[in-house]
Amino acid sequence: MAETQTYQPGELEAEARAADNRSRWLLSLPAVVIITCAAAGPLLVMVLYSFLTPGDYGNVKWQFSLDGWTNIFVQRDIFDDTLIWADAHLSIFWRSLSLSLITTILTLLFGVPTAWFIATQPANRRQFWLFLVTVPFWTNLLVRTIAIQELIRSEGVINLALMKVGLIDEPIQMMFTDFAIGFGMTYVYLPLMVLPVYASVDKLDFRLVEAAHDLYAGRWTAFRRVILPLIKPGIIAGSILVFIPSLGAYVTPRVLGGGKNLMFGNLIELQFGAGRNWPLGAALSLMLMLAVMVALIWYVRVTSREQADG
Amino acid sequence: MAENSPLKTKARGYSVKTLPGFSVVALFTLVALYAPIVILVVYSFNQGTSLAVWEGFSLRWYQQAAANEAVQDAALRSLILAISAASVATVAATMAALATTRTRHFPGRTMIYALINQPLMVPEIVTAVALLIVFAAIKVWTGHTSMIYLIVAHTAFCVPFAYLPIRARLETMDNSLEAAAQDLYASRWLTFRRVTLPLMWPGIVAGLMLAFVISLDDVVITEFVKSAGQETLPTYMLGQLRRVVTPEVNAISTVILLAGAILVSLFFLLTNRRV
Repeated sequence: MAETQTYQPGELEAEARAADNRSRWLLSLPAVVIITCAAAGPLLVMVLYSFLTPGDYGNVKWQFSLDGWTNIFVQRDIFDDTLIWADAHLSIFWRSLSLSLITTILTLLFGVPTAWFIATQPANRRQFWLFLVTVPFWTNLLVRTIAIQELIRSEGVINLALMKVGLIDEPIQMMFTDFAIGFGMTYVYLPLMVLPVYASVDKLDFRLVEAAHDLYAGRWTAFRRVILPLIKPGIIAGSILVFIPSLGAYVTPRVLGGGKNLMFGNLIELQFGAGRNWPLGAALSLMLMLAVMVALIWYVRVTSREQADG
Repeated sequence: MAENSPLKTKARGYSVKTLPGFSVVALFTLVALYAPIVILVVYSFNQGTSLAVWEGFSLRWYQQAAANEAVQDAALRSLILAISAASVATVAATMAALATTRTRHFPGRTMIYALINQPLMVPEIVTAVALLIVFAAIKVWTGHTSMIYLIVAHTAFCVPFAYLPIRARLETMDNSLEAAAQDLYASRWLTFRRVTLPLMWPGIVAGLMLAFVISLDDVVITEFVKSAGQETLPTYMLGQLRRVVTPEVNAISTVILLAGAILVSLFFLLTNRRV
């Protein structure tokens, strides 16, 4: 033998594994680079911008300032320079939060029975019903919002029908109200509730429900005491999936809410447009992101506790 | 399964799966899900200018939209954008899926997962303004304002959508076929090209279509990243909504709906086919 190289036990294996890791990282590199440059990285730049001073015509001056963050809650009175609560912002936060909660509750009321209905169909028909729910979800959000606008405009289908029947003489003003935003968001985010709840009902062991009936539980008691606790993971997942995009909604409130009924997303946009306060806009964006993170962390904690229990 | 349970045969017509009112609410919901879309489509064929009164069938608004240069321009830009972003994103997602599946945990895998899914975790409006900040600085610095910013931004948020079906496909794939190819002295590259790639192909096509639909539908990020005169179909429509709405918007909406529905149906067929 010309040359013999000796290896420690496990050394070859470790080397092979290191090479494998390297090639896996290389393969992931394009995706990692793209997302770092055009999604994750810019978020860090935004943190920096939130600590700068607004420029006179938008953009920023490179001067450290905490005003971006403090302006979220307080603003300086123009006349006597005292600090006052930023009432406009607080009312927008309140609207975003309450409308997102209402949307979540409404999607629950309509989504849970829909998911139940689909999951209790014969197996060969389930795929079809699921498909029916999924298609609207993947169709254009703006188009679906426009469809709602067609429905609730002053000369829209609902008003025309009500006037024809004679229930009302004047069209009801539904556009540009909080009702319009809530209605629109419930419509566009409903499939996000149906799909996870369906997955839960699909896994439900119906023998447990039968046992409840055998023990003289009525349908309602069986639902409340047996079914509901069992499909809770799907309900929590669906609620999170609806609540998070509702909180950050931009298109639906812009089209249906108009210029007066702003939500969080529209308030952020305003700072980069007419408001010309980029640091405040950056701070508001980070605050929204924080709110979403809190919701996600709550979700992870609840689900891991459920798993630990079950 | 409960279908064969003795309870059902004994008490005919009594099923524990029935809950009072649930079917009614469900059917109402399913109808309500489609009714607004149907109304939108129907009114796109209205002869009259008014959105309210039906004045007879016509293709007038489709002809008007097709002849409108702003619409042509926006449609072309939407297509170029969706095709480039979806292709690049799918290639990157395919590579990343190959790297992150079918292996034991390796250092950094969690980080790669987190990064790939990051665009799904952050509200779109937040990503949009972050991109506005960064791209505005780059635009001022270089003076360059082509579509490349839109393509880069779209590629980034398309990656997680392309990644999901490809990863799902890889995870359910039969690894013994690749092992067999290697046993028969196929090189790594040959195995990949002749065995792995054909097997994962439905996942790749599904990922590509999903990414294409996502890019085509995007409003928020496009609205904040685009330079002057770079309207896509959705941002053009959003701009039109501020003015007088004519059934032309309905006609464009109908075409987008149709394109989306076709792609999603194909996606379903691809991902539900059992091989």
